[in-house]
Amino acid sequence: MALKTEPVMINFGPQHPSTHGVFRMRVTFDGEVIVDVEPVFGYLHRGIEKLAESRTYTQNIPYTDRLDYLASMTNNHAYVLAVEKLAAIEVPERAEYLRVIMSELMRIASHLMTVGFILNEMGAFFTPLMYTFREREKILDLFEMVCGQRLTYNYMRIGGVSYDIPERFMPALKRFIDEMPGYIDEYDQLLKENEILLARTKGVGILPPDKAINASVSGPVLRASGVKWDIRKAAPYSIYERFDFEIPTGKMGDVYDRYRMRILEMRQSVRIVKQAMEQLPAGDVRAKVPATLRPPKGEAYGHIEGPKGELGFYLVSDGSPNPYRFKIRAPAFLNLTVLRDLFIGWKLADAMVIFGSIDICMGEVDR
Amino acid sequence: MEVESMRPYSSRELDRAESAEIEALIAASKEPHPDPVTWIDEEVRKNVLVTAVDSLLNWGRHYSLWPVNFGLACCAFEMVATAVSRFDISRFGMELFRPSPRQADLLLVAGTLTWKMAPALKRVYDQMAEPKWVLAMGACAISGGPFRDSYSVVPGVNLIVPVDVYVPGCPPRPEALLHGIIMLHQKIDKDTFLKKRQDDQAPLR
Amino acid sequence: MTKPLSGEDIARQIGEHLHDAVTEFDESAVFVKGEALLEVARFLKESPGLDFDYLTAITAVDFSEHFELVYHLTSIKNNHSVVLKARCYERENPTLPSVAGLWQGADFQEREIYDLMGIAFDGHPNMKRILLWEGFQGHPLRKDYGGQAASTEGEVEG
Repeated sequence: MALKTEPVMINFGPQHPSTHGVFRMRVTFDGEVIVDVEPVFGYLHRGIEKLAESRTYTQNIPYTDRLDYLASMTNNHAYVLAVEKLAAIEVPERAEYLRVIMSELMRIASHLMTVGFILNEMGAFFTPLMYTFREREKILDLFEMVCGQRLTYNYMRIGGVSYDIPERFMPALKRFIDEMPGYIDEYDQLLKENEILLARTKGVGILPPDKAINASVSGPVLRASGVKWDIRKAAPYSIYERFDFEIPTGKMGDVYDRYRMRILEMRQSVRIVKQAMEQLPAGDVRAKVPATLRPPKGEAYGHIEGPKGELGFYLVSDGSPNPYRFKIRAPAFLNLTVLRDLFIGWKLADAMVIFGSIDICMGEVDR
Repeated sequence: MEVESMRPYSSRELDRAESAEIEALIAASKEPHPDPVTWIDEEVRKNVLVTAVDSLLNWGRHYSLWPVNFGLACCAFEMVATAVSRFDISRFGMELFRPSPRQADLLLVAGTLTWKMAPALKRVYDQMAEPKWVLAMGACAISGGPFRDSYSVVPGVNLIVPVDVYVPGCPPRPEALLHGIIMLHQKIDKDTFLKKRQDDQAPLR
Repeated sequence: MTKPLSGEDIARQIGEHLHDAVTEFDESAVFVKGEALLEVARFLKESPGLDFDYLTAITAVDFSEHFELVYHLTSIKNNHSVVLKARCYERENPTLPSVAGLWQGADFQEREIYDLMGIAFDGHPNMKRILLWEGFQGHPLRKDYGGQAASTEGEVEG
């Protein structure tokens, strides 16, 4: 007897337990298999691009913190890089090194959070999250030592950074960096050969490389598909040419590869921080920049490799203290382009795991 | 496209329905809800039996206040940080963040509320059973914060729901959130079960 | 290092293949006619040696008399980049051809530009608002939007 079925539409509403924020998906199912996904966002659209046009360049730095709020340092870095390109400002050496140290620590903190949440979505209810947050708290303590904030730092300034590091920062950082590889080994030991993890992630949600490039995907998701493209190596900004590090790439582009990318990138970030700590010179931490910066008329596109992908700021200046156009190239927004292709054909239980592995942050998607 | 035709509802229809709901809520939310202040009826308080029952109920309620997962933006991650190993909200009996509002008593609004999200907030608040409390966490939930003059941000969650405790900060530290929660516990302690509740006037939706 | 190709160089190459498409160029960008946008984009994507397979970003800028669309394209294969610009002089219902068929990454970006700037894209599979709700009146990012964003020109100390 042929079974008569009908497609069902389920709404993964804007308020749901997977703490990726206010994201909505209208998923159409044929039984348990997903046949269509329509992502709906804009639930956190705060109009940052419009607000930025009525603030000065320096007043916009806190707005950039609140984009990808899990990686505020790298957001600041991308923005000040774009303004410095626009206004042709030179940054002192010590400030560059401090920026690199902070950005790489931020990358580690963001990936710790991502790893914790991917496993949370698989049902390992909060245990891996507790472990990874333990390390993340140590990094947040280091940031608090430097600029007083735990989440939205507002640390970088146009022409450098806002404060020099206090004396107790370096010993604390050294202690952390010496212990961190041991912690990453601990996660690996618990998770790498875990049967449930392998069964639920190997071969799930495969993203082929040509599709990834065509869909403007960037960051660990692109590299997991086998494309060796990292802005730190392809178009080095700041002083990244001076450091010796590798770009890990995946083979298949499934959820397991995307998860492995984050673990491997954390190891590389530890390497970069170690080298930066050794090479840190003395000097100023901020260039002399006028109090009300009026960049010359023109435009600039400054981009960096953030933990989620290529974060870029396209600024158009008309000579006034406020930017004429403040455009944010958000990696999480563009990575969502492939959501539909990744979901179709998989089952309900796989949906959240795939979604977690893309790793988005709604502050960035909606701006 | 054959897949499009498999959708039971057209997405334009759904969008239009949602948009109508948002516009209706914007029109209805011009004045903020007054902050709930528990008026304790003196006559009732003199009755010893009621006081003993009150203390017992309030003790039970404030030591196991279950929050609804309503993290919107950056403050959500300070809320998560409060819940995990270091600051451990479990000491207060609150580690169970319920995904469903029907099982929760506290609505922790953490982050910026936009007009597009506001109907969802109202719906979640309405689904919670009495007694229920609302804690507005962060500058954005209190007054719109740095985004107050934006075209799409609600200037304060109290336009949509009545708020019991406001925790300022951008984002507030986990210790600040815990302080706000303890203030809420103190407020609950002054509560009385004889108070007229919203359920008596309108059925649970 | 990603080499930004000079506007003149690209203008010449486009001009050889598609006459009349380029309106002007400067050292960093090449300006093309709105109607010719799709052919120029296809040329840039598919011709060997250029291979612009990666669309980095699409931006719309509102200069009060006209809109300018800026396409940042990158070639992962050859590690070079180019900036393509197109102007649109209509204020009422500006329309440009969509490149979503060439680069899937343009899908959401064009919807966002429609939502916030009001520029519609011909040939886009799903042209509707993405960040704001459907009944929202107006296009907020335009310079003549009558909504809220208050102006706070402030002097900041460093």
